[in-house]
Amino acid sequence: MIYARALGDTLRHTLEANPRVVVLGEDIVDPYGGAFKVTRGLSTDFPTRVRTTPISEAAIAGVSAGLALAGFRPIAEIMFGDFLSLCFDQIANHIAKYGAMYDGAATCPVVIRTPSGGGRGYGPTHSQSLEKHFLGIPRLRVVAGSLWHDPVALFDDFLADHLPVLHIEHKLLYPLHLATNGEAKLATVSHDGSGGFPPTVSIRTVAREECSLTLVAYGYQAELARRVLERLAIEEELFVELLVPAQLSPVDSAPLERSVSVTGSLLTVEESTGGWSWGTELAAGLGSRLFGRLRRAPSVLASATDVIPSAPDREAETLVSERQIEAAVREAAA
Amino acid sequence: MTVSLQTLDRRIDERLVGAFGEPRDARLYRRMRFIRRFEETVLELFEEGLLSGTTHACIGQEADSVGLIEHLREGDHLFSNHRCHGHFLAWTGDAFGLLAEIMGKPAGLCAGIGGSQHICAPGFKSNGVQGGIVPAAAGIALAEQLRGSGGLSVAFLGDGTLGEGVVYETLNLAALWQLPLLLVLEDNGWSQSTPSTLNLAGDIAARFSAFGLPVVEVATTDVLEVEAAAGDAVAGCRTRQGPGALVIHTYRLCHHSKNDDHRPTEEVQLRWAYDPLVLQRARLDADEWKGIDREVADALEDCVTRVRQL
Repeated sequence: MIYARALGDTLRHTLEANPRVVVLGEDIVDPYGGAFKVTRGLSTDFPTRVRTTPISEAAIAGVSAGLALAGFRPIAEIMFGDFLSLCFDQIANHIAKYGAMYDGAATCPVVIRTPSGGGRGYGPTHSQSLEKHFLGIPRLRVVAGSLWHDPVALFDDFLADHLPVLHIEHKLLYPLHLATNGEAKLATVSHDGSGGFPPTVSIRTVAREECSLTLVAYGYQAELARRVLERLAIEEELFVELLVPAQLSPVDSAPLERSVSVTGSLLTVEESTGGWSWGTELAAGLGSRLFGRLRRAPSVLASATDVIPSAPDREAETLVSERQIEAAVREAAA
Repeated sequence: MTVSLQTLDRRIDERLVGAFGEPRDARLYRRMRFIRRFEETVLELFEEGLLSGTTHACIGQEADSVGLIEHLREGDHLFSNHRCHGHFLAWTGDAFGLLAEIMGKPAGLCAGIGGSQHICAPGFKSNGVQGGIVPAAAGIALAEQLRGSGGLSVAFLGDGTLGEGVVYETLNLAALWQLPLLLVLEDNGWSQSTPSTLNLAGDIAARFSAFGLPVVEVATTDVLEVEAAAGDAVAGCRTRQGPGALVIHTYRLCHHSKNDDHRPTEEVQLRWAYDPLVLQRARLDADEWKGIDREVADALEDCVTRVRQL
């Protein structure tokens, strides 16, 4: 099943299972069913709890905050991740703060879903991966979907939790098939085994001890990294382990540390602009804690620190590509 | 007594809110006196060096919350802003919880984490960022609408908050969805140090009516006039099960936060003649209001003593 459809089914499941779930966002009702069709069919079956809103991202986030404070479980869609900037005050100064600043007397478990990332030629303001600006906000979970994470399990977890969640969905994942059955094309997919949730997925073709690099990526970049991993394993017998976390912040670095302690090298891959990023944070933390066990300094691969052009060839030059990942892997695995 | 004292476990002091059955004129005066004396006490404790951070006193605006609360009931919800002490005290009567919070004590309403501007109690919340509470109050109204509870969600705004875009996003949404939301706008003519003439174009009431919200508007510091206007506004929201606005043109007799008043002295002096306490006193015998003043002062002194001992 493709990711977009699986997400729609997940939302349907939450609406059926929990009468306090309210889904709201711009253009999400039928027959349109959302800019990426994730919510198609839901408003027909849940007309009072699936609501289309004006073009008012701050109010979407703010009304969601009020619903959550009053005991409901809002799941808001922000049509493009770029528009998260319009919700920043609500997320940073309201939603993420209520629980703590009221000393637990109230909770504000808002879930905000948003499509992120480029590759569709949408240009400078509809292609970004702005989630990096939300990493590290205290008491906000930032979680990115992947082909190896079951969205039903993720959303069940969100709805059982009292913390707010920003759920990042890369646009290029929507038409791809989920691979939650434990297999990549050739490699073996397993949970890291730490028992934490959401699990960090481990993808490799050989035992960890035979891998010369830990590659960590999320969302669509994880799928690109998986392709590189399998190609290099087949064609050159160059073996690496790919770790795919779902939760970006707060970071659970234990799975990463276990892998890097064995492979001795770390490469982080993300689509956001380079610098001040998820990768630099992981690299700094791991580099410090595992200094003596690293063969080489951690490497960070991100997109150009620039505006994302609309022209397809120029967009491709700007965003992290499979070719760049392959080159970085060769270097870091050496 | 129509007030819903929701924190009875904190043993609300009758000297502050009035015993059950106290006649209305005395009750309204007592509650305004309570808020006034509380704000003065907080400022004194600052002078003494016992408090840190800042505080935004509502001296001069006491009639707004005291008049409004006459018409609210259990199940309604108040969302307030940085200048929230009066709203909170009128609604809950919990001087001890708020003072302990402001003084950073673990026994405070939010264990000292929230402080003066970030308060949570049953049926009450506040946040210090301008405008952002308005959609949250609308979300609470939506929750009550979905539950069919009949509860009314009330948000307090100042005139300065009308500069925030999210207010208008919310007005549109509240009108579209006919949310049981009452927006109480306290226009005190000054946003911090800037007069409305420098930051507010057009008409305040027109901003609400542009979205189809019925507006009740008064320019007064007389608690009885505020009470009557609030009654109309609340009844309108309850009857229509939809949004409405109550615009109160009032005046802040004190500084914005602490020692930051640059308004013309003559302007402020003139407004002291319309001090809501002075107006309401005229309806009571001198002995009566002096007695209330003493009781309130004693009760708050006891409260301060208890909090100091924490």
